[in-house]
Amino acid sequence: MNFFLNIKEALQSLNANKMRSLLTILGIVIGVASVIALLSIGEGAGNTITGEIESIGTNVIYILNGNDDEEISNPKDLTLQDAETLASSTRSNEIAYVAPVVSRGIDISHQDNSVETSVLGSTADYQFVQNLTMAEGSFITNGQVEGRSAVVVLGPDMAQNLLGRSTGIVGNTVRIGGYPYRIIGVTEAKGGSAFNNPDANVYIPISTAQARLPRGSSPNRVQYILVSVEDAEDADAAIIEITDILRRAHRIPPRSPDDFTILNQQDFLAVAESITSVLTIFLGGIGAISLLVGGIGIMNIMLVSVTERTREIGLRKALGARKKDILLQFLTESVLLSMIGGIIGITLGWVISIVVSQIAIRSGTMLDISVTLNSVLLATLFSAGVGIFFGYYPANRAASLEPVEALRYE
Amino acid sequence: MNKQKDVIRVENLTKVYQMGEIEVHALRGVSFNVKPGEVLSIMGPSGSGKSTLMNMIGCLDVPTEGDYYLEGELVSSLDDDQLALVRNRKIGFVFQTFNLLPRATALANVELPLRYAGKNGDRKQLAKEALEAVGLGDRIYHQPNELSGGQQQRVAIARALVNEPAIILADEPTGNLDSVSGEEIMNLLLSLNKTKGTTLLIVTHDPEVAALAQRIIHLRDGMIEREEVLR
Ligand SMILES: Nc1ncnc2c1ncn2[C@@H]1O[C@H](COP(=O)(O)OP(=O)(O)OP(=O)(O)O)[C@@H](O)[C@H]1O
Ligand SMILES: [Mg+2]
Repeated sequence: MNFFLNIKEALQSLNANKMRSLLTILGIVIGVASVIALLSIGEGAGNTITGEIESIGTNVIYILNGNDDEEISNPKDLTLQDAETLASSTRSNEIAYVAPVVSRGIDISHQDNSVETSVLGSTADYQFVQNLTMAEGSFITNGQVEGRSAVVVLGPDMAQNLLGRSTGIVGNTVRIGGYPYRIIGVTEAKGGSAFNNPDANVYIPISTAQARLPRGSSPNRVQYILVSVEDAEDADAAIIEITDILRRAHRIPPRSPDDFTILNQQDFLAVAESITSVLTIFLGGIGAISLLVGGIGIMNIMLVSVTERTREIGLRKALGARKKDILLQFLTESVLLSMIGGIIGITLGWVISIVVSQIAIRSGTMLDISVTLNSVLLATLFSAGVGIFFGYYPANRAASLEPVEALRYE
Repeated sequence: MNKQKDVIRVENLTKVYQMGEIEVHALRGVSFNVKPGEVLSIMGPSGSGKSTLMNMIGCLDVPTEGDYYLEGELVSSLDDDQLALVRNRKIGFVFQTFNLLPRATALANVELPLRYAGKNGDRKQLAKEALEAVGLGDRIYHQPNELSGGQQQRVAIARALVNEPAIILADEPTGNLDSVSGEEIMNLLLSLNKTKGTTLLIVTHDPEVAALAQRIIHLRDGMIEREEVLR
């Protein structure tokens, strides 16, 4: 049997039942489109998250309070002293900068504009740990930290939000928790997402934060300490040093667990990747279910078609069609249905993911949707597979019909 | 008796249909031979087993008992694919209800056996010639619903003869036609028998049609009642 003739004949037969074929194809279109769209959205979200984590820089180490992995009998908080100990330690020459951070959620206002945000209290080193450059003015100085000055550095988005502009605002005053703060600088725009946007940050001296912002039970506590190393390759050595220094400072006996947690970019990436891969599998699974439903639609229609064409099958057998000729004829039809649906579905899924990424970008989240060749290949093969899998049973049923029985069928 | 000379030889052919508890004996031991180039009519009342016999000779069905030799070959020893090949190469079918593919042109219908024969190159040409041979050279792109009953049956004959089979089996080929078209169809089949030597087996209820054959087999209740040799 001629291959192209086979396809031509299958197309003719699908064309004879246009409405039915279109509805069957629609089932596959929806399935494939959702697989493509959901996979690429999942992958895009993953890329966005890992991109942000990577923007932390491989040379930054986070020290957090507590230790989720172990039971600790008498945990001590991270304090400003800890940060100073780390900074002044001569033993560790890998450490470049140390910045303790206190962050509190509070209202910040200028005239009638008011937003609730989390204000970061830190030291002059924060600028260097995070590689912040100033668009105008300067960052917090150590003098201002010592003097508990009421000064503030704004990210450009926050400045825009509060004052309606992000330039020429040094010297203006904003109110944080009701107190006036003088603006001393605006950071350069870095770009970010709705999850984490450094351009919307508000920085004040850590001493001011501890004195003026509402605090919890322990006034000396800092939320976390950022440490940067000169060279990313030194990070592991630095982590060992930091652990040692902090254990001494917290007087932790040997073989007792740490009462703090040290994370670097790799650890965050690992967590994020495990979350996003779960997300992608979950989304892909939802898509796969709709593809499955589409496949059952094909099986259903092909079974109807085989029953309707029983006499035709009998006739073909009388004229010399072998079992495999009939099998091929019906498989070609179901694979064509699913492949046409697959191609339309890939296009539609691609359009949907572009629309979703546009919506995300409009609302301030960088969502880099990537319809990869992989997902297209996957969807194509999958839809062809669906055609074969769900078409085989009806086709085999057709091929196995007894010629006489089929010819006599009314 | 020279067995090789018989194109069809059936011995004690029996067919029993099991309908739940009831056994229907459609054929109860039928034996006869057909020589190459012979024209044989099969007559008998409704339900006497004529179609059952034709289906068996056409390799569409298998007997419950008995042997069937087609051109000296024992058909019951063949597997499904070999049977398909036999139907394709050695047998042409003409049905009472024409059995054309409704949405295909006359040409495509006649091409069908050639496709299953794996002939690709000159398929169109052969199909066209077959349609010209049955006088439908000017209707090759018509679909069945654009043709009269007689014309449809001629397309069916073109389809039956296109692979140049040894036998044409016609089960009431004129049953759905008026007497004029019926006569045309019979003339066509007989001229095919004359020019190409194709063996013809014709089931009919019409004594005039039956009388065109060299021999008539009368069936009754699944058995041969009598045989009439006309010429
Ligand atoms: N598939 C079947 N299942 C059960 N019984 C059958 C089947 N096919 C045929 N029969 C029975 O076998 C007998 C012979 O049927 P057959 O079709 O051969 O008759 P026929 O001589 O061709 O009749 P007609 O002239 O009406 O076409 C009938 O009694 C019929 O009911
Ligand atoms: Mg009959």
